[in-house]
Amino acid sequence: MSLRAHDVTAGHDGTPVFTGVNFTVEPGRVTGLTGPSGGGKTTLARVLAGLHRPSAGQVSLDGDPLPARPGGEIALLYQSPRQAVTPRWTLARIIGEPLRARPAGSRRSGPPDEIVLETARLVGLTPDLLDRRPHQVSDGQLQRACLARALVQRPRYLLCDEMTAMLDPATTASLTAVLTARARAGLGVLAVSHHRALLDAWADVRFLLDGGALTALP
Amino acid sequence: MSAAEPVLTVEQLTVRIPTRAGTVHAVTEVDLRLDAGRVHALVGESGCGKSVTGAAICGLLPRDASVRGRALLHDGGTAPVDLVTAGPATWRRLRGRRIAWIPQSAATSFTPVRTLGAQLAETCAHLDADRTPAELLELAGLEPAAARLFPHELSGGMAQRAAVACALAGRPRLIVADEPTAALDPGRTAHILALLRAAADAGAAVLLISHDLDTLAEHTDHVAVMYASRILETGPTATVFADPWHPCTRDLLAATPAGGLHPIPGSPPALTDAAPDCVYHLRRPAPGFSGGPTHLTIHGDRTVRRLIGADR
Repeated sequence: MSLRAHDVTAGHDGTPVFTGVNFTVEPGRVTGLTGPSGGGKTTLARVLAGLHRPSAGQVSLDGDPLPARPGGEIALLYQSPRQAVTPRWTLARIIGEPLRARPAGSRRSGPPDEIVLETARLVGLTPDLLDRRPHQVSDGQLQRACLARALVQRPRYLLCDEMTAMLDPATTASLTAVLTARARAGLGVLAVSHHRALLDAWADVRFLLDGGALTALP
Repeated sequence: MSAAEPVLTVEQLTVRIPTRAGTVHAVTEVDLRLDAGRVHALVGESGCGKSVTGAAICGLLPRDASVRGRALLHDGGTAPVDLVTAGPATWRRLRGRRIAWIPQSAATSFTPVRTLGAQLAETCAHLDADRTPAELLELAGLEPAAARLFPHELSGGMAQRAAVACALAGRPRLIVADEPTAALDPGRTAHILALLRAAADAGAAVLLISHDLDTLAEHTDHVAVMYASRILETGPTATVFADPWHPCTRDLLAATPAGGLHPIPGSPPALTDAAPDCVYHLRRPAPGFSGGPTHLTIHGDRTVRRLIGADR
């Protein structure tokens, strides 16, 4: 059981950013991935999510080849919440979108409103915020909503690309605590960050992607 | 107290912004002194009023905001200018020449349809600057070839350096940088902070609004900690971070990776029609510091907000 890149080479316009990389996101722990800008961290995360086709190698999801359209097992969280939401929707509608997009495939029981409320509470959003639109909340509150949106579909793997880069330290500590708790409950978390100190404090295992090669960090 | 020369003294600055949901108490009775040759950090959680304070100093508040207090810009021999009451003509004289603003998202602050060189040239011409675009690029650590690039061809780090180049064109006395390194990796962050330090060494006062507490002890001289529109603690950055007095400062430092990623309980209060005093005790009990009428008490080169009557 894992989300795994096997001998993957990927890049842009035919130029590989990394070559022959083997990388695993295990359930139940936070896997940190760091490295300089342009080193391929985001590309590797997108390969694992099935959003970027590698030029060689393959990705497996719990032992099977990654399907062309993964069914909600993998969720992504981006750096900038403002660019990842529809500005005209309320936070409640934003958080509940995966439940509407995939009603039959949802592995959650209960009416959508209750799932949204419960997940919002889990990430530290109070009910009064759920009626607001993105411009009426802070970046930190909006990123909490994006995390809730990723969690409502109960992914088995959550890939976070610089999730906390725009956030203040208090919100960062709060969201990493939520994700650590989800990891202890079985979620596989990939934490991509150029902030090495953050991964030292947060991730269970750490890797460096630099100069096209992946190395394990102590 | 040091003998450093103040460039800006902010006295009891209070900003209220009307919204449909009520009046936002964005900044409440803020005192700040920004000295020539120093880098001053302004820190606090998102939404605590840091950016609005910076915007008030730069004359960039929404038109319907109501502002009280003073922000006095000391400009050499002439009488200080109160930025709170300054009109458009005064701002045309000050902007870029006396006060410069470095935005968080530099890449989206340039015109997308013209090259960086053309925009720097326009800035220099408009300000009658004694610096050329080529000199500014060099100052910011950019290659001369960067002048031919359009904003979308710049990396985040290059765009941020270009914004610093623009800000330095008019040799401003005061530079306000709002989260200039939020999206940058550590190497590029260090470069931007070094540029701000160099500007301070050349005589400017720098106000750096930042979330990145890990870098501040090394790169700033003075820090002010804000919570829910008020300043709770100020002092030399290294001293305050080594021995924080206010529970809010301690909690912010404990939330950083170096501090152990400990979340602060609860969430920041809504600032619409906020309570009339410090409300940090709603996050965690803060005996002596919050939960009644408070004031800033002065202890040498440090200040801390305490309950009135609880002074040590």
